[in-house]
Amino acid sequence: MGLEAALPVDGFLTTQLRHVINWSRRNSLWPMPFATACCGIELMATACSRYDLARFGAEVMRFSPRQADLLIVAGRISIKTLPVLQRIYEQMTEPKWVISMGACASTGGVFDTYAVVQGCDQFIPVDVYIPGCPPRPEQLIEGVMAIQRIIDQEGIPPMNGGKRQPLGLVMQPTHVTKPQPVGVTVGG
Amino acid sequence: MATTPSLDHPMFKLVKDAFPGKTFRGTEFRGESTLIVEPGDLHSVLKFLKTNAACDYNFLSDIAGIDYLNYPAKTLGRFALVYNLICLARNERFFVKTSIDPSLPTDGIVNDPALVVDSVCDLWPGAEWMEREVFDMLGIRFKGHPDLRRILLWEDYPGHPLRKDYPVRGRGERESYRVVDRTSA
Ligand code: SF4
Repeated sequence: MGLEAALPVDGFLTTQLRHVINWSRRNSLWPMPFATACCGIELMATACSRYDLARFGAEVMRFSPRQADLLIVAGRISIKTLPVLQRIYEQMTEPKWVISMGACASTGGVFDTYAVVQGCDQFIPVDVYIPGCPPRPEQLIEGVMAIQRIIDQEGIPPMNGGKRQPLGLVMQPTHVTKPQPVGVTVGG
Repeated sequence: MATTPSLDHPMFKLVKDAFPGKTFRGTEFRGESTLIVEPGDLHSVLKFLKTNAACDYNFLSDIAGIDYLNYPAKTLGRFALVYNLICLARNERFFVKTSIDPSLPTDGIVNDPALVVDSVCDLWPGAEWMEREVFDMLGIRFKGHPDLRRILLWEDYPGHPLRKDYPVRGRGERESYRVVDRTSA
């Protein structure tokens, strides 16, 4: 049962082709999970039933970059991993978007050493940065929704040569930190 | 509070009796005994500890390399190697340690003939990757190793990063990549 039940059988809708394409793109963002560290665990939690990334059409994790639209960089990028990440980004087909998830992927985090790249955005384009160590699943969902809003509103922002511009969005934390430990209340 | 190490591990006496005329040192901390040998004696002592029936250390658990540069206390040398032996039959650990000093500046990757010890791959084949790791991180070479290449970093990496005179943020290795932008991909 869906919308079609309320419509006449032989009815039709008119719309713009761009809207139809963007509508289907925003609801079928297939992520390529580049989970190299602990943030990957939170990415898995986001895909699981409690947070259920499938509600946003982004549950089909694709381990082949050829089939993916959304690169989620979740974790530390070491000096040996970065060329792999770049290659995976290049292998993804347009249109493609990149989320840098967590402090490590965005800045290197606490790992200010010779072996950790201090932010993957120095070497690949990043659309949305999600802060946190690790970010909560709500924040990752917020990041996916930001990409959906971009697809909705502008489609692919054009650049001079017809290529996209970096979106450069930053997600704010979606929750207020409570004093720890949180007291237990029973019965309200 | 410093306690006096109790040097009553039976291996100390066994090794001393088997190698008359050699100098050994020993130490003990919380029940774990360490035998300190000269680098030249390392291979023969380890071979004795492995093959002698009373010792029977048939498993080499780990080889750790240490750089003692700027260590607050007095040390035997700049670098040290610690061999962590296990006797599976007696479920017992024993440590053998040796110190070596470089003869050349240590900030590069030059092959220093003073930073060489004998490989123990012929005794424990599992030592192969451990020695490669020590070589990769500290630049200590192992004579007789079948395939002494870097194991974690790539072949032409310009440093041995666990040396204390290697800067913790590297020498630009983490910044020297091509930039992939939206026009090139
Ligand atoms: S940001 Fe935190 S949780 Fe994420 S990879 Fe880094 S250390 Fe792990």
